[in-house]
This record gives sequence, structure tokens and C-alpha cells, in this order.
Amino acid sequence: MSSSLERHKYDVLVIGAGGAGLRAAVEAREAGLKVAIICKSLFGKAHTVMAEGGAAASMGNANSNDNWQVHFRDTMRGGKFLNHYRMAELHAKESPDRIWELETWGALFDRTKEGKISQRNFGGHEYPRLAHVGDRTGLELIRTMQQRIVALQQKDARDHGNAESFIKVFAELTITDILKENGKVAGAYGYYRETGADVLFEAPAVVIATGGVGKTFKITSNSWEGTGDGHALALKAGANLKDMEFLQFHPTGMVWPPSVRGILVTESVRGEGGILTNSLGERFMFKYIPDVFKDKYADNEEEADRWYTDQDNNRRPPELLPRDEVARAINSEVKAGRGTEHGGVFLDVSKRISAEIIKKRLPSMWHQFYELAGVDITKEAMEVGPTCHYVMGGVDVEPDNAAAIGVPGLFAAGEVAGGMHGSNRLGGNSLSDLLVFGRRAGMGAAEYVKSNGDNPVSQSTIDAASARIEAPFKRSGGENPYALHQELQEVTHNLVGIIRTKSELDEAIVKIADIRRRSANVTVAGDRKFNPGFHLAFDLDNMLLVAESTAKSAVLREESRGGHTRDDFPGMNSQWRQVNHIASFDGVQVTVQKKALPVLPKELFDLFDPHELEKYMTPEEMSKGGSI
Amino acid sequence: MARKLKLRIWRGDSTSGALKDVTVDVNDGEVVLDVIHRVQAEQMGDLAVRWNCKAGKCGSCSMEINGKPRLACMTQCASFGEEETITVTPLRAFPVIKDLVTDVSFNYKKAMEIPAYEHPKDLAPGEARMEQVDVERSQEFRKCIECFLCQDVCHVVRDHEENKKSFAGPRFFIRIAELDMHPLDTLRNRKKTAQEEHGLGMCNITKCCTEVCPEHIRITDNAIIPMKERVADQKYDPVRWLGSKIRKREGIL
Repeated sequence: MSSSLERHKYDVLVIGAGGAGLRAAVEAREAGLKVAIICKSLFGKAHTVMAEGGAAASMGNANSNDNWQVHFRDTMRGGKFLNHYRMAELHAKESPDRIWELETWGALFDRTKEGKISQRNFGGHEYPRLAHVGDRTGLELIRTMQQRIVALQQKDARDHGNAESFIKVFAELTITDILKENGKVAGAYGYYRETGADVLFEAPAVVIATGGVGKTFKITSNSWEGTGDGHALALKAGANLKDMEFLQFHPTGMVWPPSVRGILVTESVRGEGGILTNSLGERFMFKYIPDVFKDKYADNEEEADRWYTDQDNNRRPPELLPRDEVARAINSEVKAGRGTEHGGVFLDVSKRISAEIIKKRLPSMWHQFYELAGVDITKEAMEVGPTCHYVMGGVDVEPDNAAAIGVPGLFAAGEVAGGMHGSNRLGGNSLSDLLVFGRRAGMGAAEYVKSNGDNPVSQSTIDAASARIEAPFKRSGGENPYALHQELQEVTHNLVGIIRTKSELDEAIVKIADIRRRSANVTVAGDRKFNPGFHLAFDLDNMLLVAESTAKSAVLREESRGGHTRDDFPGMNSQWRQVNHIASFDGVQVTVQKKALPVLPKELFDLFDPHELEKYMTPEEMSKGGSI
Repeated sequence: MARKLKLRIWRGDSTSGALKDVTVDVNDGEVVLDVIHRVQAEQMGDLAVRWNCKAGKCGSCSMEINGKPRLACMTQCASFGEEETITVTPLRAFPVIKDLVTDVSFNYKKAMEIPAYEHPKDLAPGEARMEQVDVERSQEFRKCIECFLCQDVCHVVRDHEENKKSFAGPRFFIRIAELDMHPLDTLRNRKKTAQEEHGLGMCNITKCCTEVCPEHIRITDNAIIPMKERVADQKYDPVRWLGSKIRKREGIL
């Protein structure tokens, strides 16, 4: 095979063509480098397209009191102070510039009366902060980035005679290994999904921007692509995964019909005035406001309703609590027997807003329910329940340049990177995260390449990568990858889901190891040409490593925080707030160790009211008042 | 709850292929993509189909269902009769790769031919001011999910491979219209190049593209016809012709 092996040489290889990957590619190209972009599907189809609500940036267009400090505070609060402070700081400071930059590339956001970019309310954000385009903001973002890439290629065609001389998009290609030589990144190996043919990329810098892991779970808002490829590639290349126990179950996924179970119902529905009720008709969220949020959220319907028209003198409705709180509340209502017929709760926007406004502000939600569930949301309530939406955990990176710690030449940005969102991400912070850290990863990779020369890939490395791809066809009598994938989803759903306990997590670890053992013998039907069973065999391998990291991190963390709820340790514990979990892989199994969370510097510590910090920090931390 | 559904799936590649009959379980509320996935998991492990979001937002699972270009994720099985056989075939306007997957690279080549957005040189980031009504015209076209169903159904290229070279297709007419109506874009003559370089004149307004658009974009009424009218106005309207002469004279004076 290797005699006819297709080979490419680039300065920077970007794996993933969602918001973070494309932003990284633009940055590296603008630094003068040759960049390859790898898409697992067609160009422009990445999961970013699904983001609905908006991109959080403290531009202050809707409320001039907003600024980066307020956004930073909201982000840290949302993440229950487990965030890497530096990532949250960079994100809050740079998001407005990243949004305005999109406008110079042709993006058309909705406008305020003054003609500025409109900003909408969202859970956990103190002020209206989300730049948006109806409820299809992710589509606008990915199309703008895609068109920016095309614009750069058109310029390269004019200047250098070839549109692909500096940026080339490789569509429908799966990367199976990140290659290293002499302890540094040397490139990556994979295959075209269309033909099954192997391909080698030699590149001294690789940016991983592969998104999430949702397909590890049974009910998810993620598409088939969310199989944790980048998480697994990074682990296998020697990088670490941070805080993999934290998964965000978005409170409002569709629950019926079964074919659409898990598909997202945007938080904008609540931001625009949607209320949650149980089967008794109670607006139940008032019962679930945690102490740490009591001064920011209304405890009665009258005040909550007034907030929509007067935000300065009223507290917010509890439907807009951070996602982890709302997901747990819905879970509790359903468990207590107050759920709907199909195991969800009701979300109703029809009582507060006119049909015309609903169709204008939430057009794709209206379509989604009308066409997929036969429900007219301008007249009736939606049935919703939690769905696995986002992984806060991810590759352990340096905040400023997105470099993966421990692997020179490897970078990670977007959902696949850990640290930014702590134990829980705020809605709207993902699209801005992609832009801020996608750009920083592109810059980091460019700087690295300029000070590190080529690192050629050896034949033995190529042979090993090639043999791994061929393996599923050489085996016989093994199990079907579809069946194993379903079995894994059952294990994670039942034992590593929203509410966890030690005994179930221990059981999950054993079961995941068993599925992994059996997966080593997976066999696939047919040949290499566009063969989904063959593709799934590799995805499965990645999901198993992710599931193992999550279960092993979750069993160690003996507290409940954000996207990790332990039935046997229901409270938040300030000792645990000082701990990150670091998962590594030795080629056989995943090991999880504790690492101290970086201490909040004094200038950021001082942005908070000490009474608030007391709820999260130990007395010793409070007395130190942050690092100097 | 489950009933049996008869499906007829085209299987093959660029060299040969045929329709294969299968019977598969279908549950209440399921869409065609669900049953294709069930066939894949239980009967044909290597059946090729593109899909991503399964929510009508990414435009990947385009195929022809009983001969009509549609998204498989947005086509309810219940919309067909219980005894009816549902036939699924790949998009006809593009070369088959395998089974239900076609080579849609034509569209990416056309995208490369449309000149990009040009931002005003003196307008700094954050300084743009636009009215909502003004951005809405282009926003309608930016709803496009690039499923390419409009490209597939368009008779200019559907059975006329030879027209592909000079015809960008409905998807890219709305891209040109979007940029033409963009309140800030500074590149001039987009309508003229649509006519002269991208084949706008070959469209004879049968509105097939609008009919198949899953985003309900009014491709013909709001993009193609207004561009055609203005191109025609400038070229043939005697009043405008005279006006342009007078204005030129005024310029001389």
C-alpha cells in the first residue's frame, strides 16, 4: 500500500472544519503558512452549524453596563470556579473583536434599533450578550468562515496562480493517528472516506479542532461526527485530557417522537420568554434556585415576568439558570412522577409571545417542531428533557497559545480543549470560544512552525499507521461495530449519565473495558469504499477511550459540581474546587491523576464580591485573596 | 407500534448499480433517514449514505425519495401510504460515488467562482451600522444550508451535463443576490456578472428550485427574478437608456 501512498506536506494541519478549525486555518494562513484543513464530512457541514442561540461577547450594544469583567464573572460562576481563569479572561476580553471581525468578512447579524449588532439574553449571562441571527447563529458563523476561506483561496489564485497553493480543504477524510518523531509532532495519517485510500500528511504542527463526544451517549444533540476523535487522538499522542467527568446535559432536548429524541431546543426559547411547567401545570423552576444564585433569580412569578420588560429592577426568571441547574431540575420532576407522557416536561412560549414574533425570532424551532413532531409552538407547549450536549473536559492546553501540554507541535481549540468552561459551560460561550481560541491555536501553531523546522515521518511509523487501518478487514468472526456502539451507549446512559454513584461508575468501568476488549476484534462487511461500518470501527475506538476517561474521572470526584452530579456526594466541596483531573493513556488503559487548579490572580479575585467567593472557596484561599 | 416498511434502495457505484428491495421495521414518527440507518445497522453494514445533524440544519442527507429531491431527515415515513414502497435513489444531477452518496464537488467549484464579499476599506470592525430591514433581504438567502437540492432539481443541469460549465445554479444565484443586496458590500456589477458569467440568463423561471428548498427560501421570486429584471431594465428599457444618455450629457456639461 505504501508504495502508492498519497503524501502531502504542509506547515500546519488542522483536523476539524468547524468554527475553531476554520478560524485556526485563517490565522495560520494569514501568518504566511501552508495549511491543510481536514473535514470528516463535507466542507460547511460541521456541528457548529447546529448552534442556535448566539455568540456571547460583551459588546454592550443592548446594555451599556456590560464589559469583559462582567462576562468573566458570569463565565466563572457558570463553571463553578473550576475554569482555567486565564482562558476565561482571554475569552471575555477578546470575544467582541472576534464578532466584529466576522462582520468585516460579510456576516449579517440581527440589529438593534441603532443599527448595531443585536444581543439577546441567555442563561447565566447578566446582560443581553449573545450576538445572533434568528436561531441559526451557528450556520451564519460557519458559512462566514467557509466564505472567508474561499475568499483567501480566491486571493491566492490571483496572487499565486493556484487557489489551493496555501489552503486546501480535504473533505470526507478521517484521521486515525497523529504521528510523532523524536518526541514531536510530525504529521497525521488517515483515509479518504469516499475511497478508503490511505493518506499521509507531514506537518510539524497539528491543530486538533474536532469538537465533542456526544455520540458516546444514547440521547444526544450531537451529530454522528461527535465521536471524540480529537480527544482520543490527543490521548494516544501523549497529551492529557482534563476534567473529563464534566458533561453538559442540555436541559431542553426534544423527547418525542423517538426519531428526534435528543435534538436540541435552543435556550433562546427560554431567553425569549418560554416557561417550564410539569404535568400538574406548576412552573417548577422556582423550587430549584440554589443558594449561590438566590440574589440573582426571581423567586416568584410576578417578578420573573416583570424582568422581561424591566431588567434593571427585577431578578431574572429561574428558567434562565445555568444549564446544569435546569437539567437537574427537569430530571428531578420527571423522576418524581410529574413528567409528561413521553418522559419530559413542558416548555411553552405560546402564552407570552405572539405567533408572528415566535416565527420571526425562533424560525428554525418553529420548523423543527412543526415538521418533525407535528407541534405548532405558537399554539402549544413543547415536550423537552435533558440531552447530552457538550463536553467541558478536553485536551489540557496552555491558555495563551492553545498548545497541548506534553506534546510539542500539538494544539487544540474549541470543544475538544479543556479548561475554558470549568464544570459547566454557559450557553453562547461556545461560539465565542471557537473564535477566540481557534485564532489563538492558529497563532500558536504559526509561531511554533517558524521556530521548529520540518520533522519527517519515518517509514516504520507509516507502516504501523497503515496496518491499523487495514486491520478490521483482516479479522473474521468478530462482532458488528453497530452493536458494540449501541452497547456502549447503553452503559454510558445508564451508568455515567446525569446522576452518578460510585457503584454504577465502577460497573461502567468494568463494562467499558469489556467492550474495548471485544472491539479489538471488530469485523466489517464490504470493502473500503464509502463504508460506514468500517468508519464506525474507528469512531468506536475513540468513543471507548473517551468513555473510559469520563467514567474514571467521575468515580474519583467525590462531590457534585456543574456537569458532574454524584448521588452519593450531593454537595459542592471547596477542597475539590482546587482539583483538576488529568487523564493520560499508556497504550493499554487510561489513568487519572489529580492536579492543582491554578490560583486566581489577585486582580481577577478582586473582581468578585468576597461573599460570593466564600461560597466556592476554602477559608485559606479566601485569606490569601488570590495569588500575587 | 412498529410496522413493516418496504424500501427500495439504489445500490451501486459509478460503474453499475440496481434497486434493491428490503423490508424494515418502522416506528411512529420516524423519518426516512431512520429506516435507512436501521437497514444499515441490521442488513447492509456498508450501505453508503451521507448525513450529519438529522435535524434539517446541515443539508447533508439530500437524496431522491420517490423521485423527488428531499432531505431524508425531514421526510416522515408516515407521509407515504402504509402499503407504498418508498424508493430512495442518489441525486441525479451529480455523479454517483456509491449507493446514495454522490460527488457534489461541482457546487464547491461554483462557490469558488463567485467573487467574495468586499468590506468597505474605511469601515473599522465594530463601526458597521445597518437597519434590520436592510439585513433581512440578504439574511433570507443566508439561511441556505447547502443541501444542493435546488441544484439537483434544476432542469438546466439535471439532464444537461454540457450546461454545467456555464451555469452556477440556483444556490449560487442566491449567493450573488445576497451579496448584491448586502448593505455593506462594495463590489459593483454583481447582477451583470451573474448574467454574463454565471448563466443567470439560462434560467427560465420554472420555480422548481423554490419548490424543493427545505428552508423555504423564495429563490426565484426574491433572488432570480429581481436580478433578471434589473439586468433587463438596464439593457433594454428605453427610458433608462435615454436616462443614461442624458446623465452622461449632464456629466459633460
